[in-house]
Amino acid sequence: MASVAPRLSAIGSGAALELRGVTRMFGALAALTDITITVRPGERRAVLGSNGAGKTTLFNCVTGDFLPTSGTIRFFGEDITRFPPYERIRRGLRRTYQISALFPGLTVQDNVYLACRGVSRGRFSLLRPGANDALMHAAETLIQAVYLTPARDQRVSELAHGQQRQLEIALALAGAPRFILFDEPAAGLSPTERRELIEILTSLPSHIGYIIIEHDMDVALRVVESVTMMHNGRVFKEGLPEEIQSDPEVQELYLGGGHE
Amino acid sequence: MSLAERTHLHAKPPASAALTPDASAWSIAQNPAPWAVAVILLIMPLLANGFFLIEIFGTTLILGTVALSLMFLAGYGGMVSLMQLTIAGFAGYMVAVLGVSGSAKISLGWPWWLATPMALALATGFGTLGGALAVRTEGIYTIMITLAIGAAFYYFTNQNWAIFNGHTGLNTIATPQFWGVDWRADIPFYYVTLGVAALCYFAVVYVSRAPFGLALQGVRDNPRRMAALGFHVNAHRIAAYALASLIAGLGGVLQVWNYRQISPGSVAVERCIDILIIAVVGGITRPVGAFIGAFIFVILRTFALDVLVQLGLDGNRFRLLIGLGFLAVVFWSSDGVVGLWEHWRRRSAPSSYRGGAHHG
Repeated sequence: MASVAPRLSAIGSGAALELRGVTRMFGALAALTDITITVRPGERRAVLGSNGAGKTTLFNCVTGDFLPTSGTIRFFGEDITRFPPYERIRRGLRRTYQISALFPGLTVQDNVYLACRGVSRGRFSLLRPGANDALMHAAETLIQAVYLTPARDQRVSELAHGQQRQLEIALALAGAPRFILFDEPAAGLSPTERRELIEILTSLPSHIGYIIIEHDMDVALRVVESVTMMHNGRVFKEGLPEEIQSDPEVQELYLGGGHE
Repeated sequence: MSLAERTHLHAKPPASAALTPDASAWSIAQNPAPWAVAVILLIMPLLANGFFLIEIFGTTLILGTVALSLMFLAGYGGMVSLMQLTIAGFAGYMVAVLGVSGSAKISLGWPWWLATPMALALATGFGTLGGALAVRTEGIYTIMITLAIGAAFYYFTNQNWAIFNGHTGLNTIATPQFWGVDWRADIPFYYVTLGVAALCYFAVVYVSRAPFGLALQGVRDNPRRMAALGFHVNAHRIAAYALASLIAGLGGVLQVWNYRQISPGSVAVERCIDILIIAVVGGITRPVGAFIGAFIFVILRTFALDVLVQLGLDGNRFRLLIGLGFLAVVFWSSDGVVGLWEHWRRRSAPSSYRGGAHHG
């Protein structure tokens, strides 16, 4: 599905994503305090925490929707702390949104095609793609990968919720992703759609790492190898899924507290 | 979208999917109205005399071209620019200043084939600069900035005598004459305006399905997500202003050839707002809406006066009619007259309806 070969040189040299002392203030409120996280290339990690723990703010800082108040963010060794979002995306970072952020006036095909075009040349091209356009084929493959082929020519505003969530993921897989941030991809999905989601996540090429925010433990712990617990804008605990699940402090704070 | 239509779309091979134009939308049997309009426009000189040809249809095509530039920005890019007529007027002024006019001490006297491209280039630059200012804002602030640019240009032309010749403006502007044809004579000029308008119309329709136009619609729907897909959103918006400025500039060149004069009154703020009214009344989400809106506007402007006088009212009240029409349209159909037409077609022929579904 990749139209651009991944930059192999950068893979395997140090961390995929490295946050050092990232703090984000909203006025006097600290949404994130001194977050330090290192994720290896190809590593798959869950970020857990109750509402307001700062998980989505963390994603917004990494993709550049907000700049951190202090701290540095490195992506495959490169300091991207001050980069605009599109520069980060062009380097292989991707994200999905908790509330689907799609283009409702366009078809599924157009949405995915735009995602493919965004990370390749010719973003300003005034020429319509021909029948053998490589990006059209890439878009087709992606649509198939997220089970949306039957809805390909439908406008996004006509799609069911579950289909919009699948499209949300397709947009993040366009081009040559090296690291993806999934923000609650299972929110509002049916049991069947959850199984499809797990299938999509586990069948990603092994060099693609990701961080997933997910409240559904069945989904989250099945698709990751490490877990970061956040609480009140801080990193509370890090460990293997089993360790986190059996940690008494975590259970008291999150899992045992009647949540899910 | 009907079930039958979906099935039809799915039956198509993958490579010819949504990005390529739907051939059936262009067949005469499926959609006869555009073909009928095209034929009528082409043979118009046989049907209409000089007054109708230029004052009604030529003017409609010119105003429609300027409104089309606004439709491109607003309909596809979500940017309501009130300076499109200002850009057109700037191009018109440049044709007069660089070319030949009655004010010999201002005009440089360049031949039309040099003055016109230069005027278009300068107008495109002017509109792109204005756009670069406007894209730093959204919504109402974009309207305010572009309106401010329009107002500033109007007052500047009024007060500047060295280039714009103050409130007198520039008169007896020369129009192209070559191959033994006076291109400002009624019939040739009608075909010039028709050709330019058609070129701009089909260019906008084409670009709306090209990567640039699709990305512009993406920017309209969700700029933040576009940035998260790797697009430089503001660069895209500025490029849209550049293309829209070129279209507006073409309209402005035709306008100045039509009247052979230009003055601050041609670029007044109310003229700028006329363009917005034209685009909204016609339907700001479809390229064809700009021309339908312009036609309604020109008809009302030309004939409402006589009708009103016959009814014993002040002829200048034609703007009241346009205003009421504007209110009615935005009240009943946010898609303008085109929206009403499509709504009606959808109801009368639900299973064969095809048009318009391609653009957002």
